[in-house]
Amino acid sequence: MPEMTLVGAINHTLDLALASDPDVIILGEDVGLNGGVFRVTDGLQAKHGKDRVVDTPLDESGIIGSAIGLAIAGMKPVPEIQFDGFLGPAYDQLVNHAARMRTRTRGAVTVPMTVRVPVGGGIHAPELHSDSPEAIYAHSPGVKVVMPSTPYDAKGLLLAAINDPDPVVFFEPKRVYRSFKEEVPEEPYEIEIGKAKVVNEGDDLTVVTWGAPVFQCLAAMDELPEDVSIELIDLRSIYPWDIDTVVESVRKTGRCVVVHEAPMTAGFGAEVSSRIQEECFLHLHAPVQRVTGFDTIMPYYKLELEYLPEAPRIKKGIEECLAY
Amino acid sequence: MPHRTVYEAKIEHLQILDEDGKLDKKLAKDTLNDDQVIHLYEQMRICRELDEIAFKLQRSGRMGTYPQNKGQEANAVGSALAMKKGVDWLVPAYRENAALFMHGLPMHYVLVYWMGDERGSKIPEGVNITPLSVPIGTHMLHATGIAWATKVRKEKDKAVITYFGDGATSEGDFHGAMNFASTMQVPCIFYCQNNQWAISVPREQQMNSQTVAQKALAYDMPTLQIDGNDIFAVFKAVKDARKRAVEGGGPSFIEAVTYRLADHTTADDARRYRDPAEVEAWQAKDPLIRTRLYLESVGKWDDKKQTELEDRAKKIVGEVVKAAEGIEKPHPSDFFNFMYAKLPRDLAEQRDTMRTSSIGRHPEQAGLRPQTAESR
Ligand SMILES: Cc1ncc(C[n+]2csc(CCOP(=O)(O)OP(=O)(O)O)c2C)c(N)n1
Ligand SMILES: [Mg+2]
Repeated sequence: MPEMTLVGAINHTLDLALASDPDVIILGEDVGLNGGVFRVTDGLQAKHGKDRVVDTPLDESGIIGSAIGLAIAGMKPVPEIQFDGFLGPAYDQLVNHAARMRTRTRGAVTVPMTVRVPVGGGIHAPELHSDSPEAIYAHSPGVKVVMPSTPYDAKGLLLAAINDPDPVVFFEPKRVYRSFKEEVPEEPYEIEIGKAKVVNEGDDLTVVTWGAPVFQCLAAMDELPEDVSIELIDLRSIYPWDIDTVVESVRKTGRCVVVHEAPMTAGFGAEVSSRIQEECFLHLHAPVQRVTGFDTIMPYYKLELEYLPEAPRIKKGIEECLAY
Repeated sequence: MPHRTVYEAKIEHLQILDEDGKLDKKLAKDTLNDDQVIHLYEQMRICRELDEIAFKLQRSGRMGTYPQNKGQEANAVGSALAMKKGVDWLVPAYRENAALFMHGLPMHYVLVYWMGDERGSKIPEGVNITPLSVPIGTHMLHATGIAWATKVRKEKDKAVITYFGDGATSEGDFHGAMNFASTMQVPCIFYCQNNQWAISVPREQQMNSQTVAQKALAYDMPTLQIDGNDIFAVFKAVKDARKRAVEGGGPSFIEAVTYRLADHTTADDARRYRDPAEVEAWQAKDPLIRTRLYLESVGKWDDKKQTELEDRAKKIVGEVVKAAEGIEKPHPSDFFNFMYAKLPRDLAEQRDTMRTSSIGRHPEQAGLRPQTAESR
């Protein structure tokens, strides 16, 4: 089995999708000849042609809006938005149009598209290149939201997203793009959207997270005493999300810490925490704890590690929750 | 007559100083005098030095991603001189550094900014410049708004110029800015630095329009294409547009044909998508080369002056780098302090406990907080 980085796995999966389904079309800024600014689409235009891997004008609203049209006409567009911050100009098309088409038409007109977006901080990038807007889209009924953290999961979730009959926002944690390799099978497989992954089993406390912080959580866990047993859950899908897996785990451990890069207030951690409160109330030994970005603008990179939930702060959160 | 022409237009191109340094004297009348040319040449050269040092800082890990201005300096200096410092507003993208400096932004601010520090955008009092705009094509609406305000407030002799790239004209906000400015007839100059590329996308692929300038026709805006590597043409076009603006003639559009000699940013590798022969051809059109040739031809420049200038540029930029790197580290909680005029209580608490708490809070921690109605 070949080993791949996150970038490599997504590239390989897009290649597979283009090769196996003539309706798949990739569009975005610099995705063609340049292979995307992160090289995620490297080589795909040369292999599949300019009609299928398309360099568009510099217009995010245009990219998503015209992808809606492509989808309505029966294609499976996979638009790329170059950075998380530039979802802004695309917001209207995504939330007010793509998300609503199925329900407005009572299922007659649908928008099967997969919007790929590099997400999150930690790579010393310029302004508006490090945001984590997943909660905004999870809070927008009609779109699905996923954020794999590993090459293996990225492949399975990307194929599921492309084949999904509804719009999916596929967030790619850029901090993980090249951070490690793992084995990824060459044949196609899907990971069901809405299924979490238990990364580590444990009995004392549940940590729920997604995206790049998975690795910060693992680092924090390494620093804990050996007799502390943590169950780490990588949500992978933000909407729909795997309530059952989380609830089952928290009923077992009685304690939970939710970790994400986005700001705390009205972040997706608030939803996770609220669900746990509703479904695990009698099992809880401590309030659900959140370790997140602060309720500020993501600072420019000199201070980004002060903002991000890095391992020491996560460890502190776990300790506080255990000590309660 | 069932068929008649209801609208006709043409786009003119203006060049005054050609790439060999030859000046069209007739067109150059009432533009720049030789002292001004020397001044602009020096500004361009100093800015080029900054650009090269910034590139090296990035390569040696002392600075983050940086977009070089190399090759486009004539646009910045020519336009800045035509605008009124301290009165007019500059609403930039990120490839017109020299214009910002000429209008009062201390040079080290630009480095501080690209070193990942918001204080590089803390524009000093009295400098009428908005911060660099990393999001493409969204800031021109702000220029329209500023110009609108000067009209509403009947401010005399005041105009706005906004800079943006060829790629930026694809964004919907660009058209919104143009339409608002035209409909409201505000004193705003839209200055497009058409450097032929938007990262890897060449202009011909960015738009099917033959020129960028013609986009302004849709908004019935006076529009012109100029040689953007020619400081005379740049100065004249902006000066004329400014005159029209302050005399109530509304907005204007300028497409400046120029070229990005460097990679898009230090994070880019242009060899992946563009022909080195193309770059080479444009190197000959470098605004610094032709301006120097002109000055030499009128006996105002020689090797000695050049050496002096280069030494001065090195010294200035050396000081600038020192100032940028010497700025004290921001306080770890700096990013909280400018979120609102008055920090909401919860946010102030996040700031004050960022080192001691995980953010998560227990009822007992919450109990430590004053829970009076007042503090809510
Ligand atoms: C809204 C938005 N979309 C995408 C980007 C990513 N991006 C940065 S620069 C750039 C190209 C800009 O081209 P142009 O407007 O011609 O300006 P130039 O860089 O050539 O000066 C792109 C796509 C961005 N910064 N903002
Ligand atoms: Mg450009």
